[in-house]
Amino acid sequence: MPRDDVMKWVRSQFMPHIWCPGCGHGIIMHAILRALSALGKDPAKTVISSGIGCSSRMPGYIDACTLHTAHGRSLAFATGVKLANPELTVLDVMGDGDCSAIGGNHFIHACRRNIGVCAIVMNNNIYGMTGGQASPTTPVGAFATTAPYGAVDPPFDICNLAIGAGATFVARATIAQPPMCESLIKKGIRHDGFSVIEIMTHCHTQFGRKNKRGRPLDNFNFFKDNSVMKAKSGGMTPEELAGKYVVGELYSSADSEEYTKKYEKIIEKAGR
Amino acid sequence: MPRAEFWQGNKAVAMGGIDAGCRFFGGYPITPSTEIAEVMAEELPKLGGKFIQMEDEIGGISAAIGASITGKKAMTGTSGPGFSLKQELLGFCYMAELPLVCVDVQRGGPSTGLPTKVSQSDIMQARWGTHGDHATIAYAPSSVRECYDLSVKAFNMAERFRQPVLLMPDEVVGHMRERIVVPDAASLKLVNRKRPSVPPDKFVPYLADDDDIPPMAAFGDGYRWHVTGLTSNDFGFPTNDSLEIEKKITRILRKVDRFRGEIVEFAAESYEDAEILVVSFGCVSRSALRAVRELRSRGVKVGHFRPITIWPFPDAELERIISGSPIKHVIVPELNMGQLFLEIDRAVHGKCETHSRTLLNGELFKPARIMSYIEEVA
Ligand SMILES: Cc1ncc(C[n+]2csc(CCOP(=O)(O)OP(=O)(O)O)c2C)c(N)n1
Ligand code: SF4
Ligand SMILES: [Mg+2]
Repeated sequence: MPRDDVMKWVRSQFMPHIWCPGCGHGIIMHAILRALSALGKDPAKTVISSGIGCSSRMPGYIDACTLHTAHGRSLAFATGVKLANPELTVLDVMGDGDCSAIGGNHFIHACRRNIGVCAIVMNNNIYGMTGGQASPTTPVGAFATTAPYGAVDPPFDICNLAIGAGATFVARATIAQPPMCESLIKKGIRHDGFSVIEIMTHCHTQFGRKNKRGRPLDNFNFFKDNSVMKAKSGGMTPEELAGKYVVGELYSSADSEEYTKKYEKIIEKAGR
Repeated sequence: MPRAEFWQGNKAVAMGGIDAGCRFFGGYPITPSTEIAEVMAEELPKLGGKFIQMEDEIGGISAAIGASITGKKAMTGTSGPGFSLKQELLGFCYMAELPLVCVDVQRGGPSTGLPTKVSQSDIMQARWGTHGDHATIAYAPSSVRECYDLSVKAFNMAERFRQPVLLMPDEVVGHMRERIVVPDAASLKLVNRKRPSVPPDKFVPYLADDDDIPPMAAFGDGYRWHVTGLTSNDFGFPTNDSLEIEKKITRILRKVDRFRGEIVEFAAESYEDAEILVVSFGCVSRSALRAVRELRSRGVKVGHFRPITIWPFPDAELERIISGSPIKHVIVPELNMGQLFLEIDRAVHGKCETHSRTLLNGELFKPARIMSYIEEVA
């Protein structure tokens, strides 16, 4: 059972949840709630936006101001929420499909604007909710219901995409490192600008079933064995890094001002 | 103090919205609606409001909906192709019951069509563009002053009924400039969404009052609640229970239908003794009225009917006028292939002959053309 302070953030009246037993998404939800609790956030001033997917059903179970939008659009909603009321703490939880396929445009533009939203991408390399179709992060050669002979399209690296597009805090962890997930999410929420935390997770029932990781534990072990700390990765060759997940804080910058603060100056300039 | 201005329709849309309390605009540039965004970009920050140019039309409406959930009155504006893109999110607003004003300045289509030329061909998209059943409220202004007034009204209706309201000038009305006497903003009757009267721990976010409309909290004001586009129960939580599904869907239709009489608007003239009735809206009604008045002065028994709400369509009102007068012919000139004609033909229930007159080449009806349509049946 999670701690009492964490359970305070749970809408237990809406349980049981829809996730398959052993789904990685629950580990991430737990980490998010520990982070919110540790930061002493007020649920009535905390907005959690999401798109559509298994991952995006999470906010329904969180006792805060929660917003379950349309597939791919959560960051555009979150942008409106944050700009309209900058005092709110705004999180956005998305699946890999939400973030990098249908919502890819909103994702890079949220990065570019540097708006104060903490985006948590729950990357299970697959479209879980719709039954295991390939996503933009499905590795080449991996199997999916729409890639019966192995995926052809090269995948996105979501963190590199975020850094390239201008996000000012970018980090990665996997569900095999729950304390790291929690601490990176805390940093992301505290960061004054757009932060992206990619959490590698699993859909053992859809992705795992077709790719020899059918049990939750197979996935936990896979991520444990294939994670490399950022600090250590510097000394490794590209060959050694192939197939590995570099985890930890990947990029952080305090150089550019947060979007809603910049807009406050526009209001001054317009002569309010 | 009322003041005289020389405004474009699009500017009147924006200023009417602002005077109605709009403090957030999310959009994406598209001819012939762009001036609305430009005026909002300039005016909103002066009032502490926010304008954001998003990466596309879907982003624009999504950001505006997000702002509405924080308690702000919000608008998005677009034209044909962008209106198509916004449809899924309009559906979200109907389902999650969120106030929003969406402006569609109509241009020629399909597709990129005629960016700078007029049409009235989004009538059915406005009604049925998003999937699923929903109650549409859509206004078609025909003058600059009406752009202002209906923008105010669109906000009032959106706030009252907790759903999107569409404001649909055609390109000519959006771009036309004319003198407008702007009312004193303080004299406007404004409607604000109902707020919960119970404390946060007692709040059931979609539990409706007797009027079928649930009070709405705002993110940040102390209430915690869940907003979703999934069919949900009174607690705002997704449901697969057939009774709860039916309850939700019938209520979001009923909450508008039962107040239809307070929503529907039209303008009719010289119909009491008329044998011919011209029905038109938007810019076409300006030419049609000229034609009708001219022929009246020559003794032709012709009248005019202009729907101001194209949705709900004033069908019963039109039928009543036809039943109570010697009208034998109804002529419907419109800048599409007969979209509103379908409604009119349905509304008259065979009580008179109906004639569809369409124009789809980017031009507008000249009064002489409408006069010749009237003379053909006279
Ligand atoms: C506009 C639209 N297109 C497609 C869908 C169907 N759909 C629902 S969830 C989903 C993919 C979800 O994948 P992801 O975002 O990775 O989340 P996961 O379920 O894997 O957590 C799709 C394609 C939809 N709901 N809306
Ligand atoms: S289908 Fe996959 S992603 Fe969805 S709940 Fe089950 S395991 Fe999780
Ligand atoms: Mg996924």
